Amino acid sequence: MRKVAIIGLGQTPVREHWDYSIRQLAVQALTEAMKDAGRSNLDALFVGNMLSGALAEQEHLGALIADYAGYAGIEAVKIEAACASGGAAVRQAVLAVASGQVDTAAAVGVEKLTEFSGKFTSKGLATAADADYEASIGLSFAALNALMMQRYMYEYKVPKDDFAVFPINAHHNARFNPNAMFQYDITLRQYRKAKPIADPINLLDSSPISDGAAALIIVPLDKVKGQDNAVEVVACEMATDTLDLANRKNAVWLKAAEKSSKKAYSVAGVGPGDIDLFEMHDAFSIVSVLSLEACGFSEAGQTLKKANEGYFKIDGQLPVSTMGGLKGRGHPVGATGVYQILEAAMQIRQEAPGNIQVPDVRYAMAQNIGGSGATIVTTILSK
Amino acid sequence: MNRIMKPLKPVGIIGYGAYVPAYRLSAKEISRVWRNGQDRNYLPIKQKSVPGPDEDTITMSIEASKNALLRAEIDADRIRAVWVGSESHPYTVKPSGTVLAQVLGIYPDTVAGDLEFACKAGTEAMQAAIGFVGSGMAEYALALGTDTAQGRPGDALEYTAAAGGAAFILGPAEQAAAVLEGSYSFVTDTPDFFRRAYQHYPEHGNRFTGDLAYFLHIRSAVNTLMEELNLQPNDFDAVVFHQPNVKFPRKKAEDLGFTTDQLKDGLLVDYVGNTYAGSSVLGFTAVLDKARPGDRILLASFGSGAGSDAFSFVIHDKITEIQSKAPQTMQYVRREKQIDYASYARWRKKIRMQ
Amino acid sequence: MDIPRYWRLRNQRYRLEGSRCKECGSICFPPRFLCPHCKSAEMEPYELKGRGKIYSYTIIHQAPDIFDKNVPYTVALIDLEEGARITAQLTDIDPDDVSIGMPVEMVIRKIYEDGENGPIQYGYKFRPILFTDAGS
Repeated sequence: MRKVAIIGLGQTPVREHWDYSIRQLAVQALTEAMKDAGRSNLDALFVGNMLSGALAEQEHLGALIADYAGYAGIEAVKIEAACASGGAAVRQAVLAVASGQVDTAAAVGVEKLTEFSGKFTSKGLATAADADYEASIGLSFAALNALMMQRYMYEYKVPKDDFAVFPINAHHNARFNPNAMFQYDITLRQYRKAKPIADPINLLDSSPISDGAAALIIVPLDKVKGQDNAVEVVACEMATDTLDLANRKNAVWLKAAEKSSKKAYSVAGVGPGDIDLFEMHDAFSIVSVLSLEACGFSEAGQTLKKANEGYFKIDGQLPVSTMGGLKGRGHPVGATGVYQILEAAMQIRQEAPGNIQVPDVRYAMAQNIGGSGATIVTTILSK
Repeated sequence: MNRIMKPLKPVGIIGYGAYVPAYRLSAKEISRVWRNGQDRNYLPIKQKSVPGPDEDTITMSIEASKNALLRAEIDADRIRAVWVGSESHPYTVKPSGTVLAQVLGIYPDTVAGDLEFACKAGTEAMQAAIGFVGSGMAEYALALGTDTAQGRPGDALEYTAAAGGAAFILGPAEQAAAVLEGSYSFVTDTPDFFRRAYQHYPEHGNRFTGDLAYFLHIRSAVNTLMEELNLQPNDFDAVVFHQPNVKFPRKKAEDLGFTTDQLKDGLLVDYVGNTYAGSSVLGFTAVLDKARPGDRILLASFGSGAGSDAFSFVIHDKITEIQSKAPQTMQYVRREKQIDYASYARWRKKIRMQ
Repeated sequence: MDIPRYWRLRNQRYRLEGSRCKECGSICFPPRFLCPHCKSAEMEPYELKGRGKIYSYTIIHQAPDIFDKNVPYTVALIDLEEGARITAQLTDIDPDDVSIGMPVEMVIRKIYEDGENGPIQYGYKFRPILFTDAGS
């Protein structure tokens, strides 16, 4: 297998994009990434998307987007793994290039959640859960995360207020990211008064319904080594767990996060202490906590304490959600995993906006989580 | 003509079970909403039971039947008939009985059917089960009377229309806790009370409800049963009548020569309301909970339209073994959570959304 | 109308029919075709008794469309006595009274009604154990 690098980045702002369709969003991101890469030829396209069929009545995105982006005829396929679709698409692109079968691959994550009214969206999102035993008996996607949060609060005896630090940090960083959906700060007071979604999860624990697309161009490392825009993908590893939460002995430990991060550390030859920043999957505050613990960034039960001491702030020991995370930048589901890796790459390329540029980034990590932790992709980038 | 009904093979009750939902709506609260509290001195009962938003005749029947099975201690698949008597079957077309048969593990070797005869559908189901077991067609049969009765908002009936029911497993007399001595059914065409197809709420046939309906039919059924069995009121240890309110069964008992003492254990209407097809049979389960071997019990239902089924049961030794094998009726009766009219209106779909 | 699903799952929804591995004895709900512990394909139906304790719970305020009229309602993860854990709605309980560790028992209730014309789906929910002293 050969080493691979990212040489092109493209993204649309994360918004409620009433005026753009799935294909327009995807083409914008892909075109920008190709331009950034300085390339005109593409061999393969992997599209990360979850709900185009359910919400826009459009599947078969590979061929559609390849055609509209001007690459009709190339290998192209949609990759679906719920909220981890984006990360899974990147993994496929990385494998394709690493194997030697493909020289230039694109991973495009795209999602359009605002195509139908909200009730379809929440029904669509719930398809990430077990349809027969979770969704069809009344569980929303937030409810599954709430079950984890409630148990976590019980096991580690932590008050709900302690979780506020993650959305507050995410919003604070998002202020400086022009592509973020929420470019404003929130306060503990607002957090306390936020509307309940699935208790203990409230609106400010939850990432927003949003639209967007992000694209990465992946090529063999040896061809671009030393180039300013080249970022090495030192690891991109995936693991899975039971789809339903009930079948996990410990609902407050993301086994797939542990597995995929351990694989990634091992492939990259690093440990959690070497990571300079972490684009984590903060779809809900509790997921931030569980992800940090499973990846070895803090002991089980200690994360909130660390977080409230400033450990994960932009100037802390391990900055997280540096561009706003899912909470601040927004969570265009199938695109999220690509945004995370793109943001980590921007940090390495020193292209982040001034206030949120982390200095001297050697290793940046991104973790994309699907469902309530059933599919997890951990990616480590380096200069 | 032999007017009494007796099966060829002696039949009795092997197991019985009750169910009453947790929620209660007081008559005072209904009065507050519709009568400004001005009829507080002549309310028909204290309170009625209200089914939770996820309950209906099928779910209540399931719990009552599970209680009956706990007492019967037989394998469910030996039951060969499931008869559900109710005027509030959740489906107009599709039997409640098949859901029960599947849930309880009675399927597929069984007949299943829904019966409707206003408030006497429950005893009608018992008659059918008695016939099935008594003829030898079935070893055991399950009979239920369950309702989630609906009263038109503001109507006098709204004070009492309640939810609950009881289940009985009928089987060979030698295994029974209560053995049937005989039964008698009396029916005439009397339009005292009815609900047409597609209507949510029933109508009263003027003043037919009392004398020509309730009193005439129960009197005829009970008197004939006692005559044919050569029994007097004081031969019974307890008596249960259909109980649409407190007044009617009390008056009926008095007219027929029964004492309030004989009536009291089975008179639940003040606490749970009129559970329609469940009314007399639910009272009967409360009596069975307290019955002692050798007791004789009279059960007489009334259903509008109209008719009455009267039964005489003699309690056998097995009763003492089975009484505590499942929750007792008064435990359900005492489990009460008061709700206000607003919750009742929401749960019972009295508020039209479109 | 997801009638095929409802029909196919009815014994699971009505009677908590899970599976038991004939090789290693492990009990699963939902039932599995392959044992997740020993990979054996020798699985037999196994009816769970429906008693357990709450492992975690949440009160749902924003529900998927078909459950919209029921909010707020509570769902829980329940550790069943036999060892399996199940996801289910709670019923007959004030959401404020729910706590982790609370003993609960299975009842059959309406899960949802598919509009005015569609089927009514019945299935397991859990409630606080009603009578610890049945019969007394």
